[in-house]
Amino acid sequence: MPRPGFVLDVDSSTPPLLFWHGEQFRLQRLPPGSRVIYPPEPLDPLPDPDAAIRHALLNPTGDSQPLPTLLRPGMRLTICFDDISLPLPPMKRPDNRQRVVEAVLDMAAEAGVDDVVLLAALGLHRRMTEPELRHALGDRVYDAFAPSGRLTQFDAEDPAGVTHLGTTESGEDVEISARAAHSDLVVYVNINLVAMDGGHKSLSTGISSYRSLRHHHNVRTLQNTRSLMDRHHSALHSSAWRIGRHIAASGVKVFQIETTLNTNTFPDQFGFLSKREWEWKARDRVSYMAVSASLDRTPAKIRRSIFQGIDAPYQMTSVQAGEVEAVHELTLENLHRQQLVEVSGQTDILTMGVPFVGPYNVNSIMNPILVACGSLGYFFNLYRGRPLVREGGVLIVHHPTPWNFHPVHHPSYIDFFEQVLAETTDPLVLEAKFEEAFATDPWYVHLYRTSYAYHGVHPFYMWYWCAHALQHLGGVIVVGGDAKAVRRLGFKPASTLTDALEMASDVVGRDPSISHLHAPPLLIADVR
Amino acid sequence: MVERSVARFAAARVSSRLAPLRLDTARDEPKQPGPGWQRVRPVLAGICGSDLATVDGRSSRWFEPIVSFPFVPGHEVVGLLDDGRRVVVEPVLKCATRAVTPACGMCAAGRTNLCERIAFGDLEPGLQTGYCTDTGGGWSEAMVAHDSQLHPVPDAMTDEAAVMVEPAACAVHAARQGPSGATGTAAVIGAGTLGLLTVAALRRSAAPPRLLVAAAKHPHQRHLVAELGADEVCAPGELERVLRRATRSLAAGRQLTGGVAAVFDCVGSAASLAQALRVAAPGGTIVLVGMPGPTLVDLTPLWQREVTLRGAYAYERADFEAAFGLVAEADLGRLVSARYPLERYRHALDHAAAAGRRASVKVAFAPGKDH
Repeated sequence: MPRPGFVLDVDSSTPPLLFWHGEQFRLQRLPPGSRVIYPPEPLDPLPDPDAAIRHALLNPTGDSQPLPTLLRPGMRLTICFDDISLPLPPMKRPDNRQRVVEAVLDMAAEAGVDDVVLLAALGLHRRMTEPELRHALGDRVYDAFAPSGRLTQFDAEDPAGVTHLGTTESGEDVEISARAAHSDLVVYVNINLVAMDGGHKSLSTGISSYRSLRHHHNVRTLQNTRSLMDRHHSALHSSAWRIGRHIAASGVKVFQIETTLNTNTFPDQFGFLSKREWEWKARDRVSYMAVSASLDRTPAKIRRSIFQGIDAPYQMTSVQAGEVEAVHELTLENLHRQQLVEVSGQTDILTMGVPFVGPYNVNSIMNPILVACGSLGYFFNLYRGRPLVREGGVLIVHHPTPWNFHPVHHPSYIDFFEQVLAETTDPLVLEAKFEEAFATDPWYVHLYRTSYAYHGVHPFYMWYWCAHALQHLGGVIVVGGDAKAVRRLGFKPASTLTDALEMASDVVGRDPSISHLHAPPLLIADVR
Repeated sequence: MVERSVARFAAARVSSRLAPLRLDTARDEPKQPGPGWQRVRPVLAGICGSDLATVDGRSSRWFEPIVSFPFVPGHEVVGLLDDGRRVVVEPVLKCATRAVTPACGMCAAGRTNLCERIAFGDLEPGLQTGYCTDTGGGWSEAMVAHDSQLHPVPDAMTDEAAVMVEPAACAVHAARQGPSGATGTAAVIGAGTLGLLTVAALRRSAAPPRLLVAAAKHPHQRHLVAELGADEVCAPGELERVLRRATRSLAAGRQLTGGVAAVFDCVGSAASLAQALRVAAPGGTIVLVGMPGPTLVDLTPLWQREVTLRGAYAYERADFEAAFGLVAEADLGRLVSARYPLERYRHALDHAAAAGRRASVKVAFAPGKDH
């Protein structure tokens, strides 16, 4: 029986705690009285995921017919699937997407559907490479669809590839993939690693253009998204829901398939990462020391390739299919079953270590903007109810934060970091002054469409993701980061955690409450 | 005083520390070469990049026939005449100064900076005061200047502002060498004195660029160059990316497909010129403002993109007069960061050579002042 999440009160007998530090680790002692929030242990997986998928497709939830009854010869079927940003790290084969897409394709073949196109719902993310597509969909699907051009990737900048479906009642443009808009059925295949994803957000971000995205990917919306993991208190999700409902009202029929994963995040050699420190056995301690010491002696580039080579042993814990909203409610229930941890009250200081990977640096470099987004955008938002850290509190982040960018994946990030953040870190100011120029820059558009670059506007979205935290926090301190890069982000650098706590005392006083978010594996703090 | 040492030319090939020129102290005041000449007692005399290149032997040997040894450096001069009037010296030793008649074609056309007689006439060779053995130079307690070189200083103008007039005139002249009607985009590489002044001159020119981007190495330079009128300021290594974005150009490798209409290279090194060639738009113009030396640069982009490379040396009289206005309007006297007595010339030269790193702009001698 997997144990639920746990909040540890640190005392003098508590061993040093593991902090992520990019592609390295640090063991740190927290003052007695601090709290450590641990994720729940992995739930038992579905015993037969393929059977569960078939069952879900045949027994849909909400106002939806079984998938086979929606399929007929001569129809246009588009199967959208989540892109490289999910799950994290990429999961061991077979990926959930492969299992689900194969099941859908089997049913489509049985029904005699010939016009089938697969569409990577990458929104304004970078395109996926062939190995990444093969990993997500499996070789059989890839080899059946890619050669004939029926395995496609969404191109938000292809004027002929998007269709404007009008505006929502709130005036939001709805512009999505023309192929999807003109299909008889859109099947969306999702992996829900976090509560933020899925539901109407799948289509309203995954196959939507900048013209549409800018209505919810903006500073005001993100400042009123509390949190990204709680769609019922999220302005971003409210907008996505309006857009999703408008898509449905426009006659686009959507059959949503969502899956959840357990928290079985790391392979055996990194088993200590998923354990609570006081339960480490001799083997775990030896393993930690060996891994940590060798990583500290390994050049950054090799460290990166070691970590980016990790395939997570995630297992499917649920699959639900049918009408978007009903499906997503079930998904959230299953996800909460795995990730929710009840936490009593807020804290003055929240500490966290940012790991090697986030949604936008799979097989890439976690640049300083992604460090900011990972900590203030994602980890800060891993809450329901109230933020873990109180308003005016301090966030202490562990990460080396190198001034280093992937030139192919993140070209506009470099300019954003060098030029925009050099001028201002105020999300509202940089949104007003710079966003449009980046979003419409012909070079970024060219690289997004033809290379493997994130869209020109993407670094802005990373910064907007931090907007709620930036508004809420009294300070951000980065331990062990490149001082110049940290300052460029508008944060303060510290050499050690002790220094950081001392610096934080200027903001929160001499006797602050401290909590440490022990993730990943991921959790959602249900702060009462 | 700078003297030539043949042995040191050979030694300089072995080590650049062994400069081919020798600094010494001049004992005698220069004699007045003839009628129309005045004694000038320098109040402030700036140290320019070209002076530093001369002193440490980095200057091109191109100058050999157009200077005369030994000479006293210093061509950015504000000083006092014997009658007490305060003047700025316009140092170009043109036909009028040399009593050459008839004047050469360039002087006749008013383009005195391009005078064809700078090695002839009544004076020993010397393209400017500060490079001619007959005139002396500003790094001294007394020098001589011809009436044709003198510009009275308004009473309201400080000595610091007045000493900036000569370099400001260079900038005014450089700004005029860009494409006519420079309403397009422009970049300035380098934010030492010349770079800062060029930005100030471009911003205040009759047809200022629509977008002016400056590359500056040091924090105080970035602050100043923005204050003087650059729309965007970046580190030198960021210039290509900033201009690509600013001009909405595409890029092929490190080459921009577009670029800026005018690039003002205020550094004059191989690296800065190569960068200027990378960021100049097809058909654009590069104005070489900083004094170059022997330079190895791939000129293929110049050829393939039909870029114009042109020099901007010194100024014409009208530039000089306009510079007074520029100095006053942009408050350029504040750029004088340090003043040294003559006897501390080694400290002064060290300071000037490291001005950027030491958060300074213009370093000047203040002969005869009580320090």
